[in-house]
Amino acid sequence: MIFGTGILQGLMVTLKNFVTSYFKAPDEGGIFTVEYPEKRLPEKERFRNFPFLLYDKNPENLRCVACDICAKECPPKCIYIVREFDKDGKPLKRPAVFDIDFTVCMNCGICEEACPFDAIYMDHEFEIASADRHAKLLYHRDDLLKSNEYFHKIRPTDASAIDARRREAEEKKKAAEAAALAAQKAKEAAAAQAKPPEPPKPAAGA
Amino acid sequence: MTEKTFSLHGAGDMDTQTLEINIGPQHPSTHGVFRMNVVLDGETIVSLKPVMGYLHRNHEQIAENMSYTGSMPYTDRLDYFNSMSNNFGYAMAVEKLANIEVPERAHYIRIIMAELTRLVNHVSVIGFLLNDLGAFFTPVLYAFREREKILDIFEEVAGARMMCNYLRFGGVKYDLSPEVLARIAGILKKFPKFLEEFETLLTKNEILCMRCQNVGVLPAELAVSASVTGPMLRASGVNYDIRKADNYSLYERFKFRVPLGQKGDVYDRYYVRILEMRESLKILEQAVKEIPAGDIMSKKMVPFLKSPRNFKPPVGEAYARVEAPKGELGYYVVSDGTAQPWRYHVRAPSFINLTILEDLCIGQKVADAIIILGSVDIVLGELDR
Amino acid sequence: METLDQIFVLSKKGILDFLGTFLPEWVVTLACVAITIKAIAVLGPVTMMYLTLMERKVIGRMQNRIGPNRVGKWGLLQPLADGVKMLTKEDIVPHGADAVSHFLAPILIVIPSLLAFAVIPFGRGMTPVDLNVGVLFFIAVSSTTTIAIFMASWGSRNKFSVLGGMRSAAQMISYEVPMVLSVVPVILIAGSLSTNDIVLAQAGWGGLKWFVFTPWGFFAFIIFFLCGVAECNRSPFDLPEGESEIVAGFHTEYSGMKFALFYMAEFMNSFTVSGLAATLFLGGWQGPFLPSWLWFFLKTYALIFVMIWFRGTLPRIRVDQLMGLAWKFLMPLTLVNILAAGLWYFTEGAARWLITASILAGSFWLLTKLNRGYTPEKRVYLFAE
Repeated sequence: MIFGTGILQGLMVTLKNFVTSYFKAPDEGGIFTVEYPEKRLPEKERFRNFPFLLYDKNPENLRCVACDICAKECPPKCIYIVREFDKDGKPLKRPAVFDIDFTVCMNCGICEEACPFDAIYMDHEFEIASADRHAKLLYHRDDLLKSNEYFHKIRPTDASAIDARRREAEEKKKAAEAAALAAQKAKEAAAAQAKPPEPPKPAAGA
Repeated sequence: MTEKTFSLHGAGDMDTQTLEINIGPQHPSTHGVFRMNVVLDGETIVSLKPVMGYLHRNHEQIAENMSYTGSMPYTDRLDYFNSMSNNFGYAMAVEKLANIEVPERAHYIRIIMAELTRLVNHVSVIGFLLNDLGAFFTPVLYAFREREKILDIFEEVAGARMMCNYLRFGGVKYDLSPEVLARIAGILKKFPKFLEEFETLLTKNEILCMRCQNVGVLPAELAVSASVTGPMLRASGVNYDIRKADNYSLYERFKFRVPLGQKGDVYDRYYVRILEMRESLKILEQAVKEIPAGDIMSKKMVPFLKSPRNFKPPVGEAYARVEAPKGELGYYVVSDGTAQPWRYHVRAPSFINLTILEDLCIGQKVADAIIILGSVDIVLGELDR
Repeated sequence: METLDQIFVLSKKGILDFLGTFLPEWVVTLACVAITIKAIAVLGPVTMMYLTLMERKVIGRMQNRIGPNRVGKWGLLQPLADGVKMLTKEDIVPHGADAVSHFLAPILIVIPSLLAFAVIPFGRGMTPVDLNVGVLFFIAVSSTTTIAIFMASWGSRNKFSVLGGMRSAAQMISYEVPMVLSVVPVILIAGSLSTNDIVLAQAGWGGLKWFVFTPWGFFAFIIFFLCGVAECNRSPFDLPEGESEIVAGFHTEYSGMKFALFYMAEFMNSFTVSGLAATLFLGGWQGPFLPSWLWFFLKTYALIFVMIWFRGTLPRIRVDQLMGLAWKFLMPLTLVNILAAGLWYFTEGAARWLITASILAGSFWLLTKLNRGYTPEKRVYLFAE
């Protein structure tokens, strides 16, 4: 083996790549760069970034019920939820405050997994850079709200599966309610036919 | 032979001093925030003290205050090059603790992911080693070109390129679609060709041989006594691969060989990694071909996907280890029956492999210290935890 | 054709004739000098600016990247943008630095690189100063960059810088010797030290009778070029600034325009070294069909491309191996080469080819055998099942 052949072979490899970069496809030694702002790679459906809150039809109708499960399960604890109360101080099934600190969030997707109400999902939006992390990267409830249509756009398979499941659950619930109602009615009817219930007797020996 | 005395200006011996340099924590080649306190005589290293802890972030303590599933994404961030194998080790430890059976398909998916991770790690670590050697980014960019294809698969499967958070106790989070399997098979077809090219560029290069051969020799006895693991140990000629030794998961079903070096120098460590990639390709080929249909989650664990906080393993302890690309990655978990581990410990291969750095470096030149560090293959996220 | 060949000479003559119509003779003489100086002073920096772009583009392509393409069409304005950036950067002088030498070094380093332009024959009759000791002047001037580098390293008060400076001094001294010795055969055959005469000595064969097409010329060319690469501190001999080991070597502590001056010197050096290599061995501006100056620039840029190509491919060699290569390998080979050139001078026909080629090939083989420490070892790898 002559000294220097290894170097020459190596030089040939780089030269080959230099030449092929002008006309070959990216896979066969062509340029691999995707010039980002103009061109983008196709988004993968499962790609997850930061969470968003889902609403049906209009933003008032959001799915979140402020149950606080995601906030508890979130590993870095980046979610902060305060439940909304009505005038009488009765708790409502919606969050008054729903803050996610994107500087803390680590994009793990556990909130999405844990949510029992299909209300929080991981977004595809990643261009959130800003110069002010305190003002711009702390996302409040209204910044996080996104429609179900948007969800269908970014993750069609998941969204349709979830919608189907929800519809099914809804129908089941309705059917169950109807059945319960029917049962109730039947019971009432039966009770009406039977003797009216006797008033409770005072306990013996009272 | 008598020693000749050399005098300058008629004086006696020249008065020389040693030079103390801190290489790092801000240095282009310390692979992160790692510091080497080096004493030099000219360019020769007299002593070297590794200083660690710049990236310490309480990984174990955090895990002890979190649900078991909650620290899965944190294990991604240990060795951020190989999140899949990190997940693998942790999942295995907890499964051992709670006695969870994993379905066969999930085993296969885990093995496919772990071996893809090994390809990613080895190919990029060789690239970085060459960068440390002074090649101007060409090997590293060729490596990243291939790594990118594998990361695309991770993204498609798990949703993230590096922080996959893909494994769950009792299985995996998502199933592999046939398209993804076809794409993996496509990568497997192209990868040997790339390795060929990569080797033509590097393996026989005289400068690389000059720099790497007989530099940083790690004798087998020292390696064993310092409990060095992984490619570094095998480069010293010790036949110890946890995939073979423990036969964990379904590794016994696959045919592959364990490459062993003889000298244990930087060159052997480099070449053993290349050979290991070829063996990984074999495992992957078999796995992709033979992957069975079926569940990807153990039935017992499906409800805990929705409510990680209710997952309370029985009281006990478990240690599980995997052959991560860097060496033996072990997780030790102690449960007290609550939803949080009572004790959680990571046996990080980067950290333990690095303990012999001084032995390898003494008597070598500064430039050698850099490539020895590069050939040890550390990731600071795992080293400091 | 003839006018195109002499276009620069004729235009200079035209300007001088025009000035001569109304100015006294001594002013015209001054103007003659001024025009040449102006041309070099413009050529140097502009060459440097576009060499940076060329380097980035070529290495990018070698790594399957695009390279700079954002500023202007194909990134053609990138050097200007870089210049603006460099000028607006903060100029940092480290606390405790030797202010004078820290300030003077970047200025001093540019001077020899500019001076070296003076003896390069850019085309027929286009040698700026046709010194009768041109080659000697070039070598003498180019070796003084060491002083500036050492000033920079010492003045920075930084240990990495000092290491870089020391390496630079050692490297320059070692590589100066084989460099000069490799030029000796050319001087022997051409019978002159003037660069212009050396080019003229390579006339014939339709402009292709270059020294490189002889056995001694080939070896001398390779050695000269390697030493030239080492003299301009370029990869694989870029130890003084080896960024993976000693951060940035002698210019660690420089920023802004001072840093840019170091870069300028490096690129102008690589231009002049390539230019001189083309002059000495590749027939300078000799060549068929094309204008002489175009031939010169084509050859020079081809050699610069090779330098960039080296940088894109090769790892850096270690400091002791660098010295070993110079003293144990290149030096003996150049001495044999001088002998071969002498034999070539005194023999005729096919015999001279046979004799010189066999002597050189034999000594090359012998030297590689003697320097076994630098040749790759054969390794065997075992596989455990």
